Amino acid sequence: VPLPLYLDSVWDACSDVLITFDKEDMQDEMAHIVENDVVVAALTKQLDDLSDNVQVKYRSKVVKYSWPMPHQQANAIPWVKVTLASGESVETKLLIGADGPNSMVRQELGIPTVKWNYDQSAVVAVLHLSEPTENNVAWQRFLPSGPIAMLPLSDTESSLVWSTSHQQAQELLELDEESFVDAINSAFWSNENQSELIETAGSLFRSTLSAIMPSAGSPRQLPPSVAGIGPKSRVKFPLGIGHASEYIRHRVALIGDAAHRVHPLAGQGANLGFGDVACLTRILSQAAFDGKDLGAMQHLLEYETERQRHNLPMMAAIDLMKRLYSTNAAPVVLLRTFGLQATNMVPALKEQIMGFASK
Amino acid sequence: TNNISCSVQRLVKGNFSRLPLGTKVCERLVRGFVGRQRSASSWTAVCTQRAVCKQRAVCKQRTQPTVTCHTSARSVDPDELRRFQSLAGKWWDDHGEFAALHALNDLRVPFIRDNLLNVHRTRVPGKPLGGLRILDVGCGGGLLTEPLGRLGANVLGIDPVGDSIGTAKLHSSIDPDLRDRVRYRACTLEELSAEREGGGREEQGAAQFHAVVASEVVEHLADLETFGLCCNHVLKPGGSLFITTINKTNLSYALGIVVAEQLLRIVPSGTHDWEKFISPVELERLLESNGFSVQSVRGMLYNPASGAWSWTDSTAINYALHAVKVRDDPDANQAEGHAEAAHS
Repeated sequence: VPLPLYLDSVWDACSDVLITFDKEDMQDEMAHIVENDVVVAALTKQLDDLSDNVQVKYRSKVVKYSWPMPHQQANAIPWVKVTLASGESVETKLLIGADGPNSMVRQELGIPTVKWNYDQSAVVAVLHLSEPTENNVAWQRFLPSGPIAMLPLSDTESSLVWSTSHQQAQELLELDEESFVDAINSAFWSNENQSELIETAGSLFRSTLSAIMPSAGSPRQLPPSVAGIGPKSRVKFPLGIGHASEYIRHRVALIGDAAHRVHPLAGQGANLGFGDVACLTRILSQAAFDGKDLGAMQHLLEYETERQRHNLPMMAAIDLMKRLYSTNAAPVVLLRTFGLQATNMVPALKEQIMGFASK
Repeated sequence: TNNISCSVQRLVKGNFSRLPLGTKVCERLVRGFVGRQRSASSWTAVCTQRAVCKQRAVCKQRTQPTVTCHTSARSVDPDELRRFQSLAGKWWDDHGEFAALHALNDLRVPFIRDNLLNVHRTRVPGKPLGGLRILDVGCGGGLLTEPLGRLGANVLGIDPVGDSIGTAKLHSSIDPDLRDRVRYRACTLEELSAEREGGGREEQGAAQFHAVVASEVVEHLADLETFGLCCNHVLKPGGSLFITTINKTNLSYALGIVVAEQLLRIVPSGTHDWEKFISPVELERLLESNGFSVQSVRGMLYNPASGAWSWTDSTAINYALHAVKVRDDPDANQAEGHAEAAHS
């Protein structure tokens, strides 16, 4: 059962300022958190039901792609030809590249990609909470080394996403379970990063704001503490940002991380991919209903334009957030402190943010 | 028979290519036919043709346009082959000379599809035109024929220009989806409608089609009466006729000829003869006198900047028309009456 998310709390380790995203009266869910395995299982079941139309070749690998000429010439291959490691080959009117951030499809096409690596890796794990609780809040704390986030999975479990330097990530992976749990709890609870100046400035700002807008802001909750971790659930992966300058070519479309790759701090990476899928499905359905050749550029260009217009601002915002929170420097900390507090107290702004993220 | 060959050639002259954007090759072929034409449309010729169609006699003198011998050129002439190949590039290059025709599919495919769906409720999932037989007159390289085939219809595309038919056959042969559903023949509508019905081949003869499509063809024909007659002949009762063409107005002269041909050169100069344009009112009159009932007429507008077409309220330049063959054919009843009288 997908866990509904009612509150999303984000706060700054350096200034102890908190922002919560919540729907009024907690009636409507803000978002849902679903474990990846559950999504994959559901999709597999659907695919089994569609076996007349869909054939899945598990355990196969592509070794070569052959691309078509833009319009038909004598002896040219009119379609995309995919050669598998097994020796089999498939010809197709439309190839969809969903092969992740290091997409072979994208590379073979020579599509220029703007990308760089963050000097960070993310450590993920399944966390067992100290006591069962009404687990409907997502927590994210911005430490100087990177954000640590706890996303609810059930009343007793949460998922950890801790973005930090490569070195610290490696260290975290090597810690024994008890020390790892201590590190997590300490990351969420300790106050060692706060300076007095920031603390004073922050509380001053907060009281000023409450004088002007007394009813603004939500009651403060505290993040749950962690008792243990799921067995063998600790992994790490490197982080980076990437954007393909073209999502499409004649008879090819890129979706998901093959087209764009983001930092996990906003929990939007997979969502951008789902958005790509919804858009492409809609556009291809219309093209099929108009009797068009599915690989034709005209409607593929529509897909590219629509998704780039949506994805790029989101990616820019996430990257900006990441940069903003990657420093201890007082001026930046003050800026984001005030910014966060003000945002917390202005409902219209929060609604805009939530609205954009849920598109 | 001389008259028949004349009128065949006249129709051929009209049907030379799909469109405002014909290629130089097509033009050369057309001039070849025009040279052979001896007289302007004569009433006798039309009457003879009407008789032929009505009596459903076989037209023995099948004066196939000479160009059709090029269709079997693969084994013969490398020059023809090269020309054939260069044509192929032109028809199916959606940024080339036929770009506007490709873009026109965005309007005419839904127009045909939706009007047919209103009449025929098919039950084939994923194939809205499944089970329908459609004739595409003046199909050229198959730009409209293929989408109709993809939507599930059995389509016969005809065009007197053999090179275009060759291109169309080649292009559709790649797609397994289309191979079984789309067929092409190099012939004219007259020839098709004059053939004996039955005789083994499904596509020929009378009352065989659920729909006839004549897109960007009528403005090139000299003899519309015959055209209307033949369309009626090949359609099943209640069948649909879809025409897209250009109106005969000052505006269509200004934009369609002066701007398109002479100023912007979107269309090669001399492609269109404004005298041959026909207004929707006249076309409606002509069709209704040939056993059709016009269901709808809609204006279309081309934006050369965006390269896209859109529906518009005004039929002043381009328009699309949908007509239906009236089910009761008094002439047929008459003919049957005569036959019965003769037998009894």
